[in-house]
Amino acid sequence: MKTNIQEIKDLSIGFKSQKGKQISILRNITTNIRKGETVGIVGESGSGKSTLALAMMGYIKQGLFTTGGECLFKSQNLLSLNNKELEDIRGRKIAMIPQNAGQALTPNLKIGYQIEEALKLHTDYSKGEREQKISELLNQVRLPSPKIMALRYPHELSGGQQQRVAVAMALAGNPELLLLDEPTTGLDVTTQAHVLELLKDIAKDTGTSMVYVSHDLGAIAQVCDRVIVMYAGEIVLEGPVRKILKEPIHPYTYGLLKSIPKLSLIGLPDSMPGSQPQPGNIGNGCSFYNRCNFSNDECKVNVPKLEYLSEMDTSVRCFNHSELISKTSEQKMKNHSQKKITIDEILDLKDVSISYAKQGIIDQFLNKVTDTNPTVKDINININKGETISLVGESGSGKSTILKSIAGLLKTKDGHIKFDKEKLLSGDLKKRNSEDLRSIQLIFQNPDESLNPNHTVEQILSQPLKLYFGLTGSKLKESIVELLEKVRLGAFYMSRYPRQLSGGEKQRIAVARAFAARPDIILCDEVTSALDVSVQAAVLDLLHKLKEELGTTYIFVSHDLAVVKAISDRVAVLYQGRLCEIGPSKDVYQFPSHPYTEVLIGAVLEPDPDIKPKLVAEDIVEEKPPEIGCSFQGRCPRIIGDKCRNETPPWQFGDNGNAIRCHIDIEELKIQQS
Amino acid sequence: MENSKDIFNEKPKSSFAKAFDVISTMASKPSGFIGLAILVFHIILAITSPWFAPYDYKAINPSLMLNAPSSEFWFGTDSLGRDVFTRTILGGRTALTITFFGSIIALLWGGLLGIFCGLVGGRIDDIVMRIVDAFLSIPWILAMLLIVSLLGTTTEVLIPALGFFYGKGIVRVARAATHDVIAKDFIVSAKARGHSNLSIIWNEILPNVRDAILVEGAMRWSWMLLGFSSLSFLGFGVSPPTPDWGLMISNARGLMSFAWWAVIAPIVGLSSLIIGINLTADAFAKALGIDRSTKAPV
Repeated sequence: MKTNIQEIKDLSIGFKSQKGKQISILRNITTNIRKGETVGIVGESGSGKSTLALAMMGYIKQGLFTTGGECLFKSQNLLSLNNKELEDIRGRKIAMIPQNAGQALTPNLKIGYQIEEALKLHTDYSKGEREQKISELLNQVRLPSPKIMALRYPHELSGGQQQRVAVAMALAGNPELLLLDEPTTGLDVTTQAHVLELLKDIAKDTGTSMVYVSHDLGAIAQVCDRVIVMYAGEIVLEGPVRKILKEPIHPYTYGLLKSIPKLSLIGLPDSMPGSQPQPGNIGNGCSFYNRCNFSNDECKVNVPKLEYLSEMDTSVRCFNHSELISKTSEQKMKNHSQKKITIDEILDLKDVSISYAKQGIIDQFLNKVTDTNPTVKDINININKGETISLVGESGSGKSTILKSIAGLLKTKDGHIKFDKEKLLSGDLKKRNSEDLRSIQLIFQNPDESLNPNHTVEQILSQPLKLYFGLTGSKLKESIVELLEKVRLGAFYMSRYPRQLSGGEKQRIAVARAFAARPDIILCDEVTSALDVSVQAAVLDLLHKLKEELGTTYIFVSHDLAVVKAISDRVAVLYQGRLCEIGPSKDVYQFPSHPYTEVLIGAVLEPDPDIKPKLVAEDIVEEKPPEIGCSFQGRCPRIIGDKCRNETPPWQFGDNGNAIRCHIDIEELKIQQS
Repeated sequence: MENSKDIFNEKPKSSFAKAFDVISTMASKPSGFIGLAILVFHIILAITSPWFAPYDYKAINPSLMLNAPSSEFWFGTDSLGRDVFTRTILGGRTALTITFFGSIIALLWGGLLGIFCGLVGGRIDDIVMRIVDAFLSIPWILAMLLIVSLLGTTTEVLIPALGFFYGKGIVRVARAATHDVIAKDFIVSAKARGHSNLSIIWNEILPNVRDAILVEGAMRWSWMLLGFSSLSFLGFGVSPPTPDWGLMISNARGLMSFAWWAVIAPIVGLSSLIIGINLTADAFAKALGIDRSTKAPV
């Protein structure tokens, strides 16, 4: 057994409410981090995982205080040290990598200078040695040409590169323990896979212990040796990553794993009912009692202890874990009935181009957009009534831009959008008639921003009802109750403000608002990416049921390929505002596919330590699409030469109906990719 | 951080209950309590003073010229033999009334124009804001003097004129506050639904910028009070013999070396009111969660 580098004993952290009641955020945490191992801390938002990680470096957020226990780093209690003593430990022995490196780096200082600062603080190198070390560190995090990189400012780097610099800074002090707080959450799928690969190698090379905080079980599966699952401020399950992810013996973990959409499965994932109890709102018994499918009367009254099972090297906080052991880990997804889609076109995007370029004065007068290289170009998609079509791609692929222009929030440069076969939708919102506006509704990514914080649910839902149907009085109230029922919420929600709702409930209200207009098309912009996985599954399920009930067409935008696969009938893959591939979802996810689709699918992280991502291309970030040739030429792993650079690739059709825009012959692709 | 249980059981409050909450939060801090107390004292004084003023404010008595404070004349008498105490307790009435209504006008036009500019943006915003900037660059007192000398010093002239000059600063604040919410998805969502600009301003933006504008309006009130007193000081505010602090200071300042009481009393009256309003506005901002020290959107 390796020596422990950090031991946490019976740690509780809480705060005092306005009424003077003490409320716990972390309750009796006991665990340890061994030398050289990578430990993952998983949990939904509000489970206390970040608070625990910060306590590991002796930091407790303002307003919080320790209510018991200690946090020993090499048998020194960090929570009893003063600031001066902590300064010697932080950075030198324990380092932290923040979630958003873009915000953690000082914008007006060069990268090299910032790393040197860290070196000055935490090491005794001379100036020459420091310069040497900066290059070494940048090399270690695999940034190209470190000498030039050191002279750049943070904004000149991409998100992935910024994160690498943050890793380099953390490594400057040669720490023995590295804390990572959701280090890849804001990154694109391909970049994320690359950064995780790097972290894994660093752990192997330097022997540093790592604590990896994340809500993403896919990322945890790739880097961690051991996993701690947290729920409502408690550890509910702890053990080796393989055991936890393959044979989860706690009902929460079991449900969590089932609610993650996976590429290997068809259909929607199971959702978990309810939501995590708020701190201070936890009842007598097991904190998971209300959401548990395996609970009995004992769970309601008694709090289960964290029990160590030596045969599995796992600790679990559940009375009925033995029942779960016998459960097969085989997962069945609900097969959503793939309705036969009638070819009844509802929306037709023809040669759509959208430009963000600023017009010159003369062009403004002539009402002309002159931009030879628009952000979005040549989009041709026909959307049929009742189908769910998804637009996927990394950030900057133009998927949200297209959605906005369908909603009328952005003018198209060329091409047209036709609704219901003959009606031409104006690019100007003001010129659309009320009927067209009603037919197309939007649901946004973040319900915190899409619901007016100063309106009650009743006010929020009455906006579209008043606007489109002129409802008032008791009619209006009835319709609101009906809508709330549709999204599985009770009528008592009417008087609540968004801040009184959980993330999932807020998104349900946003869904209800969209459906209030009785639209034909709903545009969903990353509707689940701000939600926890268990909530995400429930929202996806709701959207699917509403669609079956009402026959609404969805246009779904997401960067998460697994979510897209679960919900959509057809998928369109975009890169730099150009279509790469489009087809029925099951065919797009199979080979042969466009090299970009191949890269994307390869980078998806499955919550299974045995499925490794396939990194086929570099994670370079391109800022602008190339003027001529294939849009993916800059990163394509299968590029075949000048043809790709000079000629726009033709559409080729696969056996099953997916269309690929590539110069490589489709049969050739099939051979290369198999 | 609040007790989440409380949040979840919270019922929507009537606006009256909300206002009461805000006021009790303001009064819970010493500075807010002092500010509120001074302000309330001044308002009550302004309303009730005509009933208990011991003397006639315009009764000139040459035999009582420049008497020092005594049990008969608490604050002494001025150069015309008028009771300074009487004139001081009455001296805030005109100023408070004119600046109060002036502030409301400033809030209305400044706030609404600012929100409108923030919402529509583009060329209209550019043009309006350049005009506002142009007005901001004119020393207000010059322009005020011009208006007052052309149109007279009646209340009907002073209120809109002050309201106009103190409202142009609010345009900027309201516009900045609007920019904070304009990019949020709930506004985009309302636009995409096809609501009119007016409906978006009224339903979506106003509830979210109201607090910032109200706080700014409260600050403008104290500045306007100072401005109005300056006008009176220069002889362009209220006309004699109506008692007014600015005018009283102006009349008595030459005699300050031997009749200090005639100038101290109105100064204390004016400055305490301004301090009271400022403290109240700061406490108001804090109670609403706006910190003026870190966020000055002008």
